[in-house]
Amino acid sequence: MRWFTDFTNSSLGKKFIMALTGILLMMFLIVHFIGNMMLYFGPAAFQKYVETLEVVKPLVRVIEIILALIFIFHIYNGVRLWWINKKANPEKYAVDASRENSDVFSRSMAITGSIIFIFLAVHLSTFWYSFNFGTHPETEYPFYTIVSDWFRIPYYSIIYIISMGFLGFHLNHAFQSAFQTFGLNHKKYTPLIKIVGTIFALIMALGFASIPIYFLMGGK
Amino acid sequence: MSSNHTCQPERLVTLKLKIWRQENKNAKGHFDEFNQKVSPDSSILEMLDEVNNKLEAEGKTPIAFESDCREGICGTCGLAVNGHPHGPLPKIATCQLHMRNFKDGETLYIEPFRAAAFPVIKDLIIDRTGFDKIQQAGGYTSFNTGSAPDASAILISKKSADLSLDAAECIGCGACVAACKNSSAMLFVSAKVSQFALLPQGQPERYDRVQAMVKVMDENAFGSCTNTYACEAECPKGISVSNIARMNRDYFMAKLVNEKVEV
Repeated sequence: MRWFTDFTNSSLGKKFIMALTGILLMMFLIVHFIGNMMLYFGPAAFQKYVETLEVVKPLVRVIEIILALIFIFHIYNGVRLWWINKKANPEKYAVDASRENSDVFSRSMAITGSIIFIFLAVHLSTFWYSFNFGTHPETEYPFYTIVSDWFRIPYYSIIYIISMGFLGFHLNHAFQSAFQTFGLNHKKYTPLIKIVGTIFALIMALGFASIPIYFLMGGK
Repeated sequence: MSSNHTCQPERLVTLKLKIWRQENKNAKGHFDEFNQKVSPDSSILEMLDEVNNKLEAEGKTPIAFESDCREGICGTCGLAVNGHPHGPLPKIATCQLHMRNFKDGETLYIEPFRAAAFPVIKDLIIDRTGFDKIQQAGGYTSFNTGSAPDASAILISKKSADLSLDAAECIGCGACVAACKNSSAMLFVSAKVSQFALLPQGQPERYDRVQAMVKVMDENAFGSCTNTYACEAECPKGISVSNIARMNRDYFMAKLVNEKVEV
């Protein structure tokens, strides 16, 4: 197994794990996104969707554990890379020219990632906990009520909306960066990958943020 | 020259220079300020020569900086000007940066390339031994190429030859490391890996080379790549980040297909 640990501890190996776990997390985001969109089909549709998931609960639990491991790997590697990179460049220039040679999305991955991590902790301790272990409200469609109750709290909704902005920032760089890390860079498709990445980031950020906005604006 | 040509006095540019001074690797550095009148046709190195002449005349220690060819091909003269390795203009080395590109009265911060892997030896001179170590790990073919073979003996596509020569343009100046927020050497290493990976002569050692060079890169205090592409933007030779993708590809392939592995 030496070859494997050599690989995962090398700078390129760490990048590879970052990209691979990142892509897997993006796939999860898409699934989560589709689920959230069920809210727009009304309380009954959303209730039915969540109940369907309840039926396959053991499978959901297994997926959740895998997902947690992917998150942990992504965060652990991210922190490791951040620390190595910080040590590699301890002294900054008197004039910061980074704005002229790179974009803000790529330079802020550690910051946006950290914000998303804080968001994740908030998200799990409220929504995920309420759905799985909380006492469900005595309404016809309790899962829908949980969502609408949370998002009618303005400060809570605003945290979500801002966090989704940062998620979009993170994804905009993450998508195209993953392809570069995998070694997929070509004049033929790299410009397309960058456009697709930006569109993906926009859809995710605006789509997820639209839900708290909907309830804040008085959506039923 | 016509005989009635009147010689106009040269219009000089006045610049405020803030130049990094540091006694040695362990000393604390600081900026020294100079007000310098300089010819717009002078390069930044020639301007530093003039500053040094003045310092020497005053019995002070001149500013230590490196240069060699002064025509942009040797990679010795790495300086950061206003936070840009080799100055703010694209695709030139420090020695090709002329003072006509700066406005009268402008302030210039002149610093050494900043990276933990490139410690300052004195003032603007840095130690780039890290690059030498990476090259020694695999930046060559370890067999004699012999005398020139027939042109048709080893076929190479024009596209591959072009890409290889594009990668071989790297002068190893370290601007990529200096531009990178992580002081990553990936653009340099990927150029050195690519120039061989694209040619038939590089194939026998292709997968050993990439692993050996990446290993030494990781051992020498260089950071990791975040794909900001600042390296490509600041590279005096315009080395493409597609080389980094090629290196990644070769490295992952090496880990999968290379026969020589320690299990």
